Parts: sequence; structure tokens; C-alpha cells
Amino acid sequence: MDVLSGLMQGFAVALQPLNLLWCLVGVVLGTVVGIMPGLGPPATIAMLLPLTFLMNPASAMIMLAGIYYGAKYGGSTTSILLNIPGESASVATCFDGYQMARKGRAGAALGIAAIASFIAGTVGVLGLMLIAPPLARMALAFSSPEYFALMALGLAMVVLLAGRSMIKALLAMLVGLWLAGIGTDLFSQTSRFTFGQMELLSGVDFVVVAIGVFAIGEVLANMEGREAAKALPFPKGVRNLLPTMQDLKDSRFAFANGSIVGFLIGVLPGAGSTIASFISYGLEKAVSRRPEQFGQGVVEGVAAPEGANNAETGGALIPMLTLGIPGSSSTAVLLAALVLWGFKPGPLFIPENPALFWGLVASMYIGNLMLLVLNMPLVPLFAQVLRTPVYILYPIILGIAVIGVYSTSGSLFDVWLLAGFGLLGYLMRKLDYPSAPLILGLVLGGAMERALRQSLMMSDGSISILVSRPVSAVMLSLALLILLIPLFNKVNTWRLRALEK
Amino acid sequence: MKARAADFWSGLALGGLGAYIIVQASRWEYLGADGPGPGFFPLWYGIVMAALSLFLMISSLKEKAGERIDWSGAGRAFATWAALAVCVALLKVAGFMLCFAALTFFIVAVMYRRPIKVAATVAAAAAAAFYIVFPLALGVRLP
Repeated sequence: MDVLSGLMQGFAVALQPLNLLWCLVGVVLGTVVGIMPGLGPPATIAMLLPLTFLMNPASAMIMLAGIYYGAKYGGSTTSILLNIPGESASVATCFDGYQMARKGRAGAALGIAAIASFIAGTVGVLGLMLIAPPLARMALAFSSPEYFALMALGLAMVVLLAGRSMIKALLAMLVGLWLAGIGTDLFSQTSRFTFGQMELLSGVDFVVVAIGVFAIGEVLANMEGREAAKALPFPKGVRNLLPTMQDLKDSRFAFANGSIVGFLIGVLPGAGSTIASFISYGLEKAVSRRPEQFGQGVVEGVAAPEGANNAETGGALIPMLTLGIPGSSSTAVLLAALVLWGFKPGPLFIPENPALFWGLVASMYIGNLMLLVLNMPLVPLFAQVLRTPVYILYPIILGIAVIGVYSTSGSLFDVWLLAGFGLLGYLMRKLDYPSAPLILGLVLGGAMERALRQSLMMSDGSISILVSRPVSAVMLSLALLILLIPLFNKVNTWRLRALEK
Repeated sequence: MKARAADFWSGLALGGLGAYIIVQASRWEYLGADGPGPGFFPLWYGIVMAALSLFLMISSLKEKAGERIDWSGAGRAFATWAALAVCVALLKVAGFMLCFAALTFFIVAVMYRRPIKVAATVAAAAAAAFYIVFPLALGVRLP
């Protein structure tokens, strides 16, 4: 079956009124889930799974996938308005999105996030449709050394996000790696850095650290001045309520960058949308004409990670459907759903179930359009949050943070950790340590250690395996180059100063 | 406090953390029959952390002039954090609603010096709104 006839069949399935309704239910639920911190798409999909047993599998898959990619749209809202990343993939959106909100451009930031999500989400679906099977076969060539190298490349990007001091960025990243190492080692069952606390045996949850460092740290920093008791600036006029033509022009490379990087990283099982959003942000900053303004509220800094975050969904469905390998917790639950309905995801999935596959692809086009139509008019409504005086807004942020963490784990110990990480976030701000490398180190630390140890097991302890495989060698060289570029710049600056003297 | 002094002390703290990681990691297996043990990865990032911290401390000592870090408003931030910590400590005894209302009242009345009536109204309304949205509408369990 060729792509066109498959797509026609898919639209015939997706455009059935009942499937349109389930698609709408999925994307609306997903948007709500994305906005709520701590309530992620995997939990929502898992909770709704029993209800889908009474549904037609195509309708059920359309609704569950709608939750999955709808959550990516919603995740940007709290990141931009409150500096609370609902999930790790939304962290990169906080950097410039929240700064835009502080400058009275929350509407433009939310709008550009919705547009980037739509464009990249559509590119992701196009990729899923056109190159799913060959790309999936290529992704199979990725083994532990390549994954380690990919994560090293992601971490090297911290240099581009480093702010003024590369040393401080690297130190923050190492603290993130240490935090990721807390808990039980899965290879040997050894408990590491747990300080005798039972609660730490399962590790430190990302949500606790991210909400503490970003949201509570921000509230504490803003509490410093009583004169700041007025509301955050509300977007004035249509120009600031929606993105301008200039914003769209400034973001055109970011749309392409986010779409391509997000999709390609999504295809790799286990890489995930977090690394996609960080790499896309780093790449955008690296090629930008105004890299010094990143982190201060530039529109490309929102478009690139939001695009990557959404394009990743299309990519991530490829290994799940064609190889039966889930790349994230959300796709793992979707895979479980397919198995429970009696399907066998793998190389024969598409030829054996063309209506389901193409129906899903077509519904994703429709779902992305629904999300854009739903989200753009809601931008002014969401921006109303900024009208709230800060003496009301800040306690609400603290309350949402506590509930978000408690609802994830049900543990008061985690709420204590949240308070501790809030203080850490505030001190990092004061002492000029960037928080993004800490979060990325935490997110990637566990998987990176696993990949390194598996690589060394494959090679009987020889580190040469990391450089003897071409893909891994190229990515590690790139990572090294990224780390060395600032050093060369410094040497060059010294040389020029010496010449001037 | 000058930024270079802050760099020195934060470098010292992180150096201490690096040393702690190295000491702990050296107690775990480094390389076993099956490959790298639980001490392998932490030992290396501990060493790098200790080295970078030392570098930060030395470079802060070499720096002649530096910006000052403004700590003037830090008292307000620490007071808010302390109030949050007290609220968390009392969660088990008093429950979320009461603790959250008290925290809100403290922030509005004490930190932002709003009239007591306004603070009490905001605290009561915020607690009620949280109750309606989370346990009632979404079925989320409160601490």
C-alpha cells in the first residue's frame, strides 16, 4: 500500500464523527494534563486505559495519542506563565518563555509555543508517515555506546546554556549527575548516597527538583523586594497578546530546527523529548545572531524547544509501532494498551493493521489542527493569570508546587525535598550558578551511567568502544568540540588583548 | 559579599561534596567480573567535581576586583522559605488546608504588609479554591 492510499484510508477512519470526538477529548484532556504540574500523560493514559477496553481500538488509540501530544501543548503554559515546568521536556521553555512573560509578552510566547507545536507536530506526523520503517531500522543500529555519546552531546550543550561561567555550569551539571545517582543501583542493588533514608532508595524524582529549583527558587527571588508587589506585566494590545510578524520571522529557523531535531531524537528509543528540547535550544543559541540575549526572553528560545518537544511525539511512535520498543514512559503505556487490545507492535504491525496505523496518523494531523484552533483563542485567557497580584500569585504557586509533588509520590518526605531544592534554586540564582545544567544532569544521569556501564560490559572494560564506533565517535567529537570552543574563544581574547597591549 | 568570595565559599562547599562522593564511591566496587561496578561512574564525576571546585576557588582568589552580590532582600526570601518549611513541618498535624491558609496569610499580611482583612480573605479564598479544584474536581489527594 502506498503512502497516499494509506493516508486516504486513514482520513476515512479519523474523520468518522465518533473518532473526531475522541480525538477532541484526547487533545483537550492532554492540554489540561500538560498544564497541571505533577500529573503527566503516562499517569493519565494509564488511568484511562481500563475505560478503552469498551471502545473500538482505533478510537481508543486516537484518544490516547491525543492525550500524549496534547500534553506537550499544555506543558508550555505553566512554564511560560509561572516558571513551573509540568514535565522535564518543558524546562527549556522556561528560560525564555518566562522572561518574555516578565516583559509583558506572555501572549506572544504562548502563541509562538502553540504555532511551533503545530508546525513541528505536523512535521513529526509527516515523518512518521513517510520514513517510519527505514528510520526505525536505522535506529536499531544505536547501541549503548551511541546512547552514551548522544547523552554526552546533550550534556555538552550545557556549555551553550552556561551563562557567564562554564565552570559553574559544569559544576551544576555534576550536582545533577550526583542527584541522579541517589538511590538503588539497578545493576548491583547497592544503595548509594541515601544517608540511611528509606525514602531515597527509589531516587530523587525529577518533578521535585525541577519545581523546587525553578518555581520555588523564582518565588523566593521575587520575594526579595516588597515594592514588586504589583502584578507581572499584562500583555497590552494585540501586538503583545499574539505573536507579531517579526516574531514569526525571527522564529522561522527555530521552527525547522525544533521539527527536525525533535523528530530525529524521537526516533531513538530512550532519548526522549527532554534531550530533544535542550539540544534544539542549544543549537538555536549556537546559530543565533543574538546568542547573548538567550535566557532574557527571545522568541526563538521558546519556538525551538517547544517545536522539538512536539515533533518528538511523531518520532517516538516509530520505534514503538514498528519495533515494539517504547522510547518513553508515555509510549510504554501506549504499547501496553496495544498489547492489551491484542495487537503485536513490530515490523508487521503496519502491513497487518493499516486502518489502525493510518487512522492514527490522520488523526494526528486533525489533532494538531484542533490544538492550534483551541490554544490560540485561549492565549488571552491564559494570559489573564498575569493580572493576579503577586501577593496572591506567589502563595498559589507555592500551593500548586506542594500539591504537584505530593500527588506524584504521596510522600511528605518529597515535600521536604521540594522545600530544600527551593532554597538551593534561590542560592544558585544569587551565586550565579545556572539551573538548567543541574536539571539536565539529573534527567540524563541515570540513563548515561547505564549506557556507559553497558558499553564497558560489551567491550570487557575497554573504553575504546566509545570511539571505535563511527556514530559514537562523531557525537563524542562534537561534544568535545562544544566544550573546547569557549576555551578557544578565551585564548583568542587573551591573544587579541596581548596584541593590543 | 563580593562575587569572588561567594565563588570561593561555593567552590569550597562543592569541593566538599566532591570529596564526599569520592570517599563513598571508593567504598563500592569499581570494576567487577560483570563490568563496571556501582562505584565506577560516581568516582569519576566526584573527581571532576573536586577538580573543578578547586579551580573555581583558585580563580576566585586570583581575581582582583569583583561585583558585589546584593543580599539586602535575602532576609525576606529566607523568611518566606522558613514559613514554607514550618508549613511543611505542620502538614502532618494540621493538614494542607490550614497550613496553606496560614502560609498565604503570612505572605500577604507580613511580607507584603496588606491589611489583615485582605490577608484573611485571600487566605480563606485561596484555601477554598484549592479544595474545590484539587480534591473535589480532580480527585487529587492533599497532603
